[in-house]
Amino acid sequence: MGLSPRPEPNFTELSGDEPWITTKLDAFVNWGRKNSLWPMPFGTACCAIEFMAAAASKYDIARFGMERQAFSPRQADLLICAGRVPFKLAPVLRRIWQQMPQPKWCISMGACASTGGMFDNYAVVQGIDSIIPVDVYVPGCPPRPEGLLYGIMMLQRKVGNERMSDKSLRNEMEPDPSSQLYIPPSVIDEISEPFGNSVHQTRSGL
Amino acid sequence: MSSDSTSFSPVIAGSALGSNAAAPATPKNVAHRGGALNPTVDAIRAQFAGAVLRADVVWGETTVVVDRARVHDVIRWLHDDPSQAYNYLSDVTAVEFRDLEQPIEVVWHLRSLPYRRFIRLKVLIEKGTPMDVPSVWDIYKGADWLERECYDMFGITFRGHPDLRRLLMWEQYKEGYPLRKDFPLRGRFSRSEQLRQALAANPEARYSKEELSIADAFEDLPADMRRRLDTGERTGE
Amino acid sequence: MATTKRTVEVSLSTTGLDAQGRPQRVPLVVDEAGNTVALEAPPGMEDEPDLSGDHMLINIGPQHPATHGVLRLVLELDGETVVRCIPHIGYLHCGFEKIGEYRQYNQIIPWTDREDYLNSPGNNVAFALGAERLFGIEITERCKVLRVMACEMSRIISHLVWLGTTCIDIGAFTPFLWAFQQREKIYEMLEAWIGARLTTSLTRVGGMGADIPDDFIPKLSAFVNTFPKVVDEIDRVITRNGIWVGRTVGLGVMSPDEAINYGLSGPMGRASGVAFDVRKDFPYLDYETYDFDVPVGTNGDVYDRFLVRMEELRQSTRILEQTIKRLPDGPVNVDDHRVILPPKSRATSDMESMIHHFKQVMEGPRPPIGEAYLAVESPKGEKGYYMVSDGSSKPVRWRIRPPSFVNLSAIPAMVEGHLLSDVIAINASIDIVMGEIDR
Repeated sequence: MGLSPRPEPNFTELSGDEPWITTKLDAFVNWGRKNSLWPMPFGTACCAIEFMAAAASKYDIARFGMERQAFSPRQADLLICAGRVPFKLAPVLRRIWQQMPQPKWCISMGACASTGGMFDNYAVVQGIDSIIPVDVYVPGCPPRPEGLLYGIMMLQRKVGNERMSDKSLRNEMEPDPSSQLYIPPSVIDEISEPFGNSVHQTRSGL
Repeated sequence: MSSDSTSFSPVIAGSALGSNAAAPATPKNVAHRGGALNPTVDAIRAQFAGAVLRADVVWGETTVVVDRARVHDVIRWLHDDPSQAYNYLSDVTAVEFRDLEQPIEVVWHLRSLPYRRFIRLKVLIEKGTPMDVPSVWDIYKGADWLERECYDMFGITFRGHPDLRRLLMWEQYKEGYPLRKDFPLRGRFSRSEQLRQALAANPEARYSKEELSIADAFEDLPADMRRRLDTGERTGE
Repeated sequence: MATTKRTVEVSLSTTGLDAQGRPQRVPLVVDEAGNTVALEAPPGMEDEPDLSGDHMLINIGPQHPATHGVLRLVLELDGETVVRCIPHIGYLHCGFEKIGEYRQYNQIIPWTDREDYLNSPGNNVAFALGAERLFGIEITERCKVLRVMACEMSRIISHLVWLGTTCIDIGAFTPFLWAFQQREKIYEMLEAWIGARLTTSLTRVGGMGADIPDDFIPKLSAFVNTFPKVVDEIDRVITRNGIWVGRTVGLGVMSPDEAINYGLSGPMGRASGVAFDVRKDFPYLDYETYDFDVPVGTNGDVYDRFLVRMEELRQSTRILEQTIKRLPDGPVNVDDHRVILPPKSRATSDMESMIHHFKQVMEGPRPPIGEAYLAVESPKGEKGYYMVSDGSSKPVRWRIRPPSFVNLSAIPAMVEGHLLSDVIAINASIDIVMGEIDR
């Protein structure tokens, strides 16, 4: 997002003499993780219907190791936030994210979850990345099931490239000011500013 | 709540019209002003002298502006009188105009299913006068949430409503009444402040006093917490 | 040891049975230090403790798979019986009505997609009809038939989602897959028509966003021919199924008088014996010329609501058959320069057309001062759009009358006295869409 530079991974650079067993173990663990992601659908609005279509017979999300949908955050490792998130729901989403055990990932499905979308008003959070960290943004309003599947495949690639020795991937939870997740209020205001056509539409008239 | 099939007498729309009445048809070429007035208006005028301030037909729908003090009596009579039988409440809402001098209108949309009639009742609330109108919850149970929503969005008090709390926004929402014209589209606070206030809420612990009383947990709370709950506040803030 | 009223009971599987043949239980209490410890059972405490006065508080939602969205229900339980139900909504309040006051009439149509997102084409039609009433426009005959087609297709896809999710709630997974297979067929048709699957934005004020493509009618005919067989199949699996009947019959009963007093409409009201369908009683789009029946229930329980919706699937298919037969040729959009853009070729060659084009794009169409409430029969009930114009290009007030909002407000009356597991079935039978309830 260009907010604060992500800290450098705090493991030593690969120099070709990394222990063989660590790299192979990484590959093995990641292979297991990426092919058995358990999604927790946090479905609020229209995108949840397209998520259901993706889970149904024609698109069949089970082909990607997601046969088991976890409706309890404590048994899930992928949060799919499908739909708009109003301010009243923001603490709920934050709580659900905190209830999920590590390792965990998040897909922000649809324009509303990613940026607030067309709901540039008093009630809607302008992007869930101001509440929880997001790994993959899937654009669309709502995204087609193929789009969601592509996002899932992108996440699988990301999961496949993680390294256990990179502690910065897992070591934080709370977005307190000292952590890399913290977004200062001025930045939240800045990224929530109206842009493009919406300036004309909202500032004209009243 | 009884499933006794003998007491199950269906309500049939159009039942009061008789079998030789014309079947309802899609309105065609509706005039802007001056269509046929709903006969109910004359009945209200005859029953409540002076209660009807204005009645006109806009796009084929009859709008009756009623005196604020007598609107409850009028609706009660429309519901109870068998010659009117307005037994179905479609909607309760309010309208504020961009011209801030114009009064706020509270609108009731009523349907009489036996006579297949539709009428719109309005009450005008002049700016500067107290924003309260009588609740019709005792006539139509369906008005419960509609009135709560209207209170939430416009700040109009419905006198006689049993549980007039905010419905859509959370109860500690501090920015005001969103659908009022002096409320900016993006709210009064900055995005970061809105987010901070929203995240400060504890969703798992947000119960009202009433709900905690169910679990007998209310008495176990510290005294200051109970006092705050008594004033309508909720836990978890 | 301090004891509180909130005792927690656990069943210990190894301690054998008590005199009544029930597993022996040890009550747990919370001591001063906050630890959960077992209460020393007094000698001879084999009997079940009397808990009849203790009520429990159960919170369902806001994120729960069986609440069909972000609904929160706080239930007071006596044992497993619901004594009181306090619903909380607003977790999906997105300010539709406020944002509508800042948009021109045609610009509002994308918002109508997203408010009852199972019934997007039907909402588009309802909004366009309301706006046309406000502008005083009579649409063309072909447009009317196309809109009926859109309404009935969206009724089918909405009822199919209801069927699938309710079956999952009650324990059957297969009908969900069947229902979504059929939905995909309609999705494909809608996508060929307007370019979107779910959020269609199908209509414009005075016409449609697009005419149907060439191969649309053959596809729709094929669907209309095969769909009743699928409904029959689902019917065979569920309607006489012992589990389904056992979990739906006699639940959430609303008598006709209660139903009309609570303002229930649509399948909810009709299952309770309120024979009211906006299509029949306050018709629009020439619905009075179509031949279809309105099913009315005789018991007002969850099972009747299911039967009413199944029958509506068949009746919608009947209406679709008639639309295919009567679809006339002719223009789709009205010839009204206030709302419909002139063709591009004329806008670039003809001065007057260019001015109309410019005024529409820059200022937007302006209806006369007035107001209109137009209700349609959405799959959930009476859906109304109330628009007030002050003569400018944006409405002063755009009010949505949400049917499932009013239907859901009756849930305390329906669930009280039933078991906790029946709350799920009753809640599912209302067919709630939180996007429409919270707006």
